[in-house]
Amino acid sequence: MQDDIAEIFKNASGRVIASLYAQIQDFELIEDAVQDAFVIAITQWQETSIPENPSAWISVVARRKALDKIRRNQTYVRKLEKLHDLSVMTYTDDEFSLNPITDERLKLMFMCCHPALAKEAQVALTLRTFGGLSTEDIAKAFLVPVPTMAQRLVRAKRKIRDAGIPFRIPEPKSIASRVDAILAVMYLIYNAGYTAHTGNQLMRQDVSAEAIRLTRLLYNLLHREKIDFAIPEVMGLLALMLLNDSRAPARIDAQGNLIPLEEQNRMLWHQDKIREGQQLLEQALQMKQTGVYQLQAIISALHAEATHSEDTDWEQISVVYSLLEQMMPSPVVQLNRIVAVAMTKGAEQGLALLDKLENDSKLAHYYLFHATCADLHRRLHNWQRAITYYQQAIEFCTNDAERRYLNNRLAEMQTYLSP
Amino acid sequence: MKYVLLIYVDEAVIKGLSEEDRAAYFQQWGEYEGHVQATGMKTGGEPLQPIGTATSVRVRDEENLITDGPFAETKEQLAGFYVLECENLDQALEYAAKMPDAKYGTIEVRPVFQKY
Repeated sequence: MQDDIAEIFKNASGRVIASLYAQIQDFELIEDAVQDAFVIAITQWQETSIPENPSAWISVVARRKALDKIRRNQTYVRKLEKLHDLSVMTYTDDEFSLNPITDERLKLMFMCCHPALAKEAQVALTLRTFGGLSTEDIAKAFLVPVPTMAQRLVRAKRKIRDAGIPFRIPEPKSIASRVDAILAVMYLIYNAGYTAHTGNQLMRQDVSAEAIRLTRLLYNLLHREKIDFAIPEVMGLLALMLLNDSRAPARIDAQGNLIPLEEQNRMLWHQDKIREGQQLLEQALQMKQTGVYQLQAIISALHAEATHSEDTDWEQISVVYSLLEQMMPSPVVQLNRIVAVAMTKGAEQGLALLDKLENDSKLAHYYLFHATCADLHRRLHNWQRAITYYQQAIEFCTNDAERRYLNNRLAEMQTYLSP
Repeated sequence: MKYVLLIYVDEAVIKGLSEEDRAAYFQQWGEYEGHVQATGMKTGGEPLQPIGTATSVRVRDEENLITDGPFAETKEQLAGFYVLECENLDQALEYAAKMPDAKYGTIEVRPVFQKY
C-alpha cells in the first residue's frame, strides 16, 4: 500500500498543483498545501482505503489547507475577494468523483519551463512540481548541495509570482519555441540520469525514468490540445530517450566501468524500449517535420538495429550527422560525424578531418576531441600517439566513470608498447 | 501588472547608424510610442540625455559624494525607460522585443513592486 500511495502522489502532484494554480496564483502556498494534503492522505488512507479518485481527494484537501493559510496570513487579506468562489465551496465524498478536476498540467509545464527562468531553475521546478523527486533527490542528481537546490526552487517560485510569469498556453506564434524549451528541460533531466554522474546506480535510473514519464505526459497533453505541429519533435525526443535507455543494462559492468557501444553485450539491450522507440520515430518521421531530436533518434535507432557492432550502418549514420550538423552546429556533433566517417572510410580519413579542427580553440579543452584522436590512433595501432591523446583527454575529462574508462585504455596502450 | 522597461544601449552604436537605419530607427520609435499611447498601456517613461550628462551621488558618513558619470561604467548604458501596463510577463517581453533598441542593445524588464 505504501508503494501504491507513493505512485499515486507522483501522478497526482502535477495535476493537483496545476488545478489549484488556476485558482490561486501562489506557487509556494499551493505546494505547502499539497504537502500537507499528502501527509493527511497517508494517515487517512491507511486507516480506511485509497479513495476512488485520489487526485480529486488530494486536490480538495489541499484547497482547504490553502484557504486556511490564506485566512491566517494577514498580508493576503485583500486577496480574499478573489477567493470568494473558493470559500463558498463545500464538498461531500460523492462530489470527489462527480467533479473530476480539470487537467491544467500543460499550462503548468509551460510556466515551469518559461525562458525567463534560468535553465537550471526550469529543470528543478519541473522535477519538483511534477512529483517524482524530492528536493534532496534533485540536488543529488545535479550535484549541488540541498540548501542550494532548495534556494533555487524558492527563487524560481517567487519570480513566477512577482514577475507575472503567466499560467497559460502560449500564443500560437510562440508555441513552437516554448515547446522546444520544455524539450530542452526534459533532455537535461534525462542526461543527468544517463550520464554516470554519481556512484548511485538506482538514482540515475530514477531520473532518466522520470524524464521519460514527463516527456510522455507532454506528448499526451499536446495531443489532447491538438497542438499537433509541435508533436513530431516531442515524439523524436521520446524515441531518442527510449532507444538510448534500452542500452542502460549493457553500458556499465559490475564494477561500474563504462562499456563503449562497440563492446556492449547487445543481448542485454531492452527490446521493448527499442521497439517503442522505433515505432514512435516511424510515426514522427511520417509527419515530415524533421528536427534535431528526430535526427538523433534515427542515429540511435541505427545503432539499435545492428545485431553486431560490425553490422552498424555507419554510412547512413554519417549522412544523418551531416544533416544534424547543419541544424545544430556543435563540436560534439562535428566529432561524432567524423567518427562515423572514420568507421566507413578508415581511421586515417578521420584523423585527417580532425587535424583540420585541431586549432579550433573551442575544442582544445574538450576531452572528447582528444579521446576521439586517441581512439582513431588506437585503431591504427599508433600506440605512442594514442597514449599522448589519452593523457590529454584524461586531463580535461571531468566525469569519473569516463575518466576511469580513459585510464583503462591508457594502461592498455602502455602494455602494447612495453617489450 | 505594471512593468518598467529599461533600455540599455551603447550610444556610439546608435550614433554610428547609417542614414537609412537611422531613419528606420526613429520611425519605429514613433510608431511604438503612438501604439502604447493609443492602447493606454503607457503609464510613464522618458528618453534620457546622453551619458555625458550623468552625475552620481552617494551619501557616506553624512557627506554627499558627487561624481561625474554613470553608476556603472559599461558599454551599454541606460538610455531611457518606459512604464507599461501589461497582462503578464509574456506581453511585457513582447513589447520589449518590439523596441527598436532591442536590436542593438538590451532591454531589461522589471515588474513594479506591488503593494498589497
